[in-house]
Amino acid sequence: MSAKTDRIDRLAELTARKDEGGHGLWYEAFRRLRRNPLAMTGAVIILLFVLIAILAPWLAPHDPAAQTWLGEIRGAEGFIPGPRSGNWLGVDGLGRDELSRLIIGSRQSLLVGVVATLLGFTAGAILGGLSGAFLGMFGKAGRWVDSILMRFNDMALAVPSLLLAISVATILGQGLVTVMIAVGVTQIPVFARLLRGSMLAQSHSDYVLASTALGVRKRRIVLNHILPNSMSPVLVQATLSLATAIIEAAGLSFLGLGGANAANPEWGVMLADSQQYLATNLRLAVYPAVAIIITALGFTLLGEAMREALDPKLRK
Amino acid sequence: MALLEVEDLAVTFQRKGTAPVHAVDGVSFTVAEGQVVGLVGESGCGKSVTSLALMGLLAKRGVKVGGKALFDGNDLLTMPGSTLRDMRGSEMAMIFQDPLSSLNPVIPIGLQVTEVLKRHRGMKGEPAEKEAADLLDRVGIPDPRRRLKEYPHQLSGGMRQRALIAMAVACRPRLLIADEPTTALDVTIQAQILELLKELVAQQGTALIMITHDLGVVAGLCDEINVMYAGRVVEGAARRPLFASPTHPYSVGLLGSIPRLDAPRGEKLKPIPGSVRDNIAWADGCAFAPRCAHRTDECLDGPPALVQTYTGHAYRCVNPVTGDEVEAVTAAATLPAPSIVDATTDSDGEA
Ligand SMILES: Nc1ncnc2c1ncn2[C@@H]1O[C@H](COP(=O)(O)OP(=O)(O)OP(=O)(O)O)[C@@H](O)[C@H]1O
Ligand SMILES: [Mg+2]
Repeated sequence: MSAKTDRIDRLAELTARKDEGGHGLWYEAFRRLRRNPLAMTGAVIILLFVLIAILAPWLAPHDPAAQTWLGEIRGAEGFIPGPRSGNWLGVDGLGRDELSRLIIGSRQSLLVGVVATLLGFTAGAILGGLSGAFLGMFGKAGRWVDSILMRFNDMALAVPSLLLAISVATILGQGLVTVMIAVGVTQIPVFARLLRGSMLAQSHSDYVLASTALGVRKRRIVLNHILPNSMSPVLVQATLSLATAIIEAAGLSFLGLGGANAANPEWGVMLADSQQYLATNLRLAVYPAVAIIITALGFTLLGEAMREALDPKLRK
Repeated sequence: MALLEVEDLAVTFQRKGTAPVHAVDGVSFTVAEGQVVGLVGESGCGKSVTSLALMGLLAKRGVKVGGKALFDGNDLLTMPGSTLRDMRGSEMAMIFQDPLSSLNPVIPIGLQVTEVLKRHRGMKGEPAEKEAADLLDRVGIPDPRRRLKEYPHQLSGGMRQRALIAMAVACRPRLLIADEPTTALDVTIQAQILELLKELVAQQGTALIMITHDLGVVAGLCDEINVMYAGRVVEGAARRPLFASPTHPYSVGLLGSIPRLDAPRGEKLKPIPGSVRDNIAWADGCAFAPRCAHRTDECLDGPPALVQTYTGHAYRCVNPVTGDEVEAVTAAATLPAPSIVDATTDSDGEA
């Protein structure tokens, strides 16, 4: 249908290949990952990001909410103190330490990213799993249920995700939970289509045929055989989805829909706040933007490398 | 009455926008209790499709199955799905070509074996575990208790196939279909697996349909042999008459170069000049005619009828090969038997 669904469908088929099965496949994929410098770069970025987010209160040199250096700011001249000893990245327009705000802000991104992805993953997996199970278990009626579920799903997929997120945010009002739900909801159709496609691909595999030849019941085949084997592409997607979630969460916060406050800085909000100083203090926009980009890049690098490691056609 | 009587089995794949594929086109053969029947023929001649049709494992959509397959007098092809599901694994079972992909990679072997015991024999818990271990032991897997906890990738290729055989024979089926069960294995392992199959079917009195490319298997294992070509059985006979006096030019071509019953294991059937792409439709004559050195004009006068001889030989050919000619062909084509040394240097060369 679109490039987006093509990508999802391609990923769904990956682990149903005959040449390398299951564990061997992951083992091989992991070996290839370790030799891939881009994957390792992504992994290091993710590791650093997670460590920083977890240890943020101890790492941040100052209180991110304290307007300690407000007195030094000369608004008329557009002067805000830049990097110097004690404020390694300078201070922001309200006299708060920029580095501390960036460090503390990582927590929000990680939290929103993880919760939203979990939400999208869980709901999407249930929807896609049901669809795939109906398809596999109940013959004609099952196919019917499956195609209805999937038509709705494809409609949801076609809606630009930020637009969907904004609509959700408008309904639920602003706040952190809103951002999580909004970003999570946009991931649901992706996971649903992926898991369903993955199950469909697995259902044509040899071990399903072999179990069927032994008289194993369809329900058991779907739940015990097909479902566990269909999860690898979903894990790859979850990694990629974290990148999207972090960017979208920042976007929603930037638009003022998030729940950030002075004590809980957020990269998207910092970006929004920096707008009024763009002409004189560009660095205030650059820091959070770079933080968002690098983090999203980390997840994307690792996720894409995982996809590539699983996909023989993408391999050199 | 034979255990399985296949009559005019026909399988047609029909997909929208493509010409129908007559993968199996009127196959008939019988399998008696305890008998080993071979299905041989080139790649794509419909051997696997035949076995899948018998097991009811072909997709429902886009596939048309015709004819009859009487198992104990009941037609497998028209049987309700639930009855067939109950029979699969208990009355009849199948072993596939690739043992690795035929096992679920994320589930321990033990669970996959007990699953069958639970399904058909209502066993669970410790008794099922014990029976599973006994089964693995019986198919020659050492230290079965430990193996039950392992995953397919932890087993060697031969062990995996043994585990699959254990599952297939767990409920003492009366019919076992083995679709090239040794093709994916090392030559040395192949012989062991065949020996195991031979023992098991002899012990349990199981009828076996053996699908193979391997001349050694045909010669060493099969009581009856059916040679398939383009979806039809072109020649069927007991082992000795077939090897001694193959009648259909295609069989002569397949078996001709090695006319011995003690053909070494792993020896492949000789390819015939030309390819299946040269085939004509059976309706227009003998599908093999374009590749046949023994062809006459009559070969293109519609499908050749099945000729039954007094020796129990059956063939579909208007100009069969006679005994003297076979002598000539085989004498000319007799090759020195490949020695073990040759085999090793060959594989070294490839590596
Ligand atoms: N699902 C399908 N759709 C269309 N055609 C099919 C399908 N399955 C098999 N065929 C065709 O049916 C024919 C017989 O296939 P089959 O797998 O039975 O061959 P085979 O004798 O088992 O060959 P091999 O020795 O390679 O296993 C082939 O020409 C194949 O292309
Ligand atoms: Mg086959």
